[in-house]
Amino acid sequence: MINIYGFLILSALMLFIGIYGFLTRRNTLAILISIELMLNAADINFAAFNRLLFPSGQEGYFFTLFSVAISAAETAVAIAVMINIYRSLKNNFVDNLDKLKW
Amino acid sequence: MATTIIFYILAAIILICAFLAVTTKRIMRAATYLLFVLFGTAGLYFLMGFTFLGSVQVMVYAGGVVVLYIFALMLTERQGSNEKSPISLAKKIVALMASLGGAAIILFVILTHKFLDAALTAPNEQLISVKLLGQQILSSGKYGYLLPFEAVSVLLLACIIAGLIIARKR
Amino acid sequence: MDYTYTYLILLLPFLSFLFLGLAGKWLSHRTAGLIGTLILGTVAALSYYTAFEYFTADRVNGVLQTLVPYNFTWLPFYNEGLHFDIGIMLDPISVMMLIVISTVSLMVHIYSFGYMHGERGFQRYYAFLGLFTMSMLGLVLATNIFQMYLFWELVGVCSYLLIGFYYTQAPAVAASKKAFIVTRFADLGFLIGILIYGYYTGSFSFDFTNTAVYLNGAAPSVGAGFSKAIAGAGFILPTALFLMFIGGAGKSAMFPLHIWLPDAMEGPTPVSALIHAATMVVAGVFQVARMFPLWIQYAPDTLHIIAWIGAFTAFYAAAVACAQSDIKRVLAFSTISQIAFMMVALGVCLPEGSFTDNHASLGYMASMYHLFTHAMFKATLFLCAGCIIHAVHSNEMAFMGGMHKYMPITHITFLIACLAISGIPPFSGFYSKDEILVAAFQYSTALGWIMTGIAAMTAFYMFRLYFGIFWGTENKAYHEEHKPHESPAVMTIPLIFLTLITLTVGWILPGTFGNYVSATGKAYHIDIEMSVAITSVIIAIISIALAAWIYARSSQPIADRLQAAMPRLHKWAYHRFYIDEIYQFVTHRIIFAHISRPIAWFDRHVVDGFFNFLAWGTNATSYQIRTLQSGRVQQYAFVFLLGTLILILMLIL
Repeated sequence: MINIYGFLILSALMLFIGIYGFLTRRNTLAILISIELMLNAADINFAAFNRLLFPSGQEGYFFTLFSVAISAAETAVAIAVMINIYRSLKNNFVDNLDKLKW
Repeated sequence: MATTIIFYILAAIILICAFLAVTTKRIMRAATYLLFVLFGTAGLYFLMGFTFLGSVQVMVYAGGVVVLYIFALMLTERQGSNEKSPISLAKKIVALMASLGGAAIILFVILTHKFLDAALTAPNEQLISVKLLGQQILSSGKYGYLLPFEAVSVLLLACIIAGLIIARKR
Repeated sequence: MDYTYTYLILLLPFLSFLFLGLAGKWLSHRTAGLIGTLILGTVAALSYYTAFEYFTADRVNGVLQTLVPYNFTWLPFYNEGLHFDIGIMLDPISVMMLIVISTVSLMVHIYSFGYMHGERGFQRYYAFLGLFTMSMLGLVLATNIFQMYLFWELVGVCSYLLIGFYYTQAPAVAASKKAFIVTRFADLGFLIGILIYGYYTGSFSFDFTNTAVYLNGAAPSVGAGFSKAIAGAGFILPTALFLMFIGGAGKSAMFPLHIWLPDAMEGPTPVSALIHAATMVVAGVFQVARMFPLWIQYAPDTLHIIAWIGAFTAFYAAAVACAQSDIKRVLAFSTISQIAFMMVALGVCLPEGSFTDNHASLGYMASMYHLFTHAMFKATLFLCAGCIIHAVHSNEMAFMGGMHKYMPITHITFLIACLAISGIPPFSGFYSKDEILVAAFQYSTALGWIMTGIAAMTAFYMFRLYFGIFWGTENKAYHEEHKPHESPAVMTIPLIFLTLITLTVGWILPGTFGNYVSATGKAYHIDIEMSVAITSVIIAIISIALAAWIYARSSQPIADRLQAAMPRLHKWAYHRFYIDEIYQFVTHRIIFAHISRPIAWFDRHVVDGFFNFLAWGTNATSYQIRTLQSGRVQQYAFVFLLGTLILILMLIL
């Protein structure tokens, strides 16, 4: 008997906290953490809507399941990239990564 | 009643820890706060009756991803002080404004929409059994998720290989 | 009579110009000179033949017909009456001008062979002479006023090119610019006059035969017609004609637009002979003569204004000429004075009986007669001056004196020409000047006596010049070092030829000039009116005697005493009454400083500034825009977020 609005507001707030973190942090790994927050917010949204709209269906459930798996995989690759960057630049500032403008 | 209270506690934990995760200066603490956020999310899943999902969340996210983060953070620790120079205030304010504005818009949309059943129904008397889940994942008929399952496994393979190659020692 | 060969008269000099201009560099001087002279000789022969055929052709009612062998419409304007034609018109005055131009041009070509010997740019000189001849011929043969304007401008360009022939010397460059700018400025009046004239009368052609039709109120066959000009605003046509006269005043050096002619003497002397004595400067007179039917019918009072302007100019030029020491300047002011005589002659014509009465329009015939004779003797004078300058290597009278010992042929021809310009019979100048005086007396006794007085001044300063060069104080020291010698035959033969014409035209054909050229086209036998003739001859002889008494001996005490008695007058006359300085003051201190500079400032800062501002703005904007591509992920994400939010807003609102 939980209000749907609660879940939606929660996920919205979590999403924008994640966006704030994305825009403000300087360490690339902190940015990745913010991305995790955003993903989790989206997952909560899926699960809540699944429960609201299809009490006997499992589409949202599976979507969330796969989303978790995929975000784990993507995190792994991202961290590998960051480690590579750290090896070249000796630090992890996102301001140093601006060569893609050319 | 009880569910509502638990929901609010979990929501509070999640929001506070999320906020702290993005504003703390020390990365390790951020990772820890992330851990708590993930635990909270798992709790929400349990609350909604998605037990398998909750366990997967704890195992994969809280147990795998966060550990991975901690390893990565330790491997890429900066020599010397943590912060060379603080982030400019203008940047923070602009980002804050953008986020608050966005949040306002989304909340406006959410609150003005009339959902039919404004309350989630009670969890099923029968929780979704793992047997049912397994049959659904591996079935190829209607509502079967065999193809995405296989695709995800290929993706995981690719990511493993990618991670290895990107991060190997020269 | 078939006059279709007349196009050659225009074409041949033009071809000479093209050939010598383009290929002259590879021709030797001798070849270039020969080609130029031969072509001009052909043109002269054709002109004489045309004149012979034309003047002996059959007359209709005793009137020589105006023939138009060619007339092509070149540029049609919106109104079907207005179109810019190119053509050839044969008319008594144009055929007479053909003779004048081709004769003088041929003589100058032959003369320049010797005068410009060894000069750098010899071929260019002959090319420009050919172009000038073509332009002047085109001007007199014009069928409509726009064609005349076209060739008018071309003549101005040739004058510019030839005055500035020695372009490495600053005075020549300045003089050529001055000539071109002053005449161009006057041509502005000409153009405005043409436009007003064309708008109100609907036609640019010189075919005025429809005027009687218009005057009776009949609907004109072309355009608006004269009736609008007559009935509505009666001053339109006189205004238009007067504006056109202003253009002519610039070319013909009327006061105050005369300032360019003395400076134009910086050019080579044969050029001065051809352009600034015989042909180009009479273009203004020719223009008034060409439009004479309109002047005499619709603007007779304006015509009298022209007479007074001419009289003043003649007096001014004569006064200045009495004090000049450079022989070419004396001749230049003499030219201004004589052209003013021609203008006066045209200006004193009376309209009673309009142009059906030759007696009332005696001035027209006299002006054209004087044009003819003046061209011949003035060219002689200039060419003699050229011989003298060639011998003495200087223009100043201080280096001359006693030249009669060294240059006999030049001496005799110069003397004959001086007698002609002073109006002594039996030389040609007497007859033509006499007719002008008769016409002036016909109009107003005062003007008649004024012109007689100026004729006396003419005789005085010309003989001052003559005695100063050939008798007077000899510069013995200079003549010991550089012994002056007579010029070679190629330079003296033109002198002799022109002098022969001067000798004969007057009395061999007495009264017959009017048979051919007169205001109505009908023959007009000239009688010599004894009272005016005897008066003018006596006054001329007195002036010559005065000049001889003052200047003929080897020292001039009387002249020095006069100068000591009236030093300021002499100084003012020597400096041409400071007209040039007034011009300089007005243009530099008033126009340039207070009008041109603000306009230039406006152009530089406001107009250019606006465009510079646009460029600067674009640059600054692009500089700002490029910061969007910073490569920083967080900025990109921020922009992404903003875009998404805006899209959401657009969807929900």
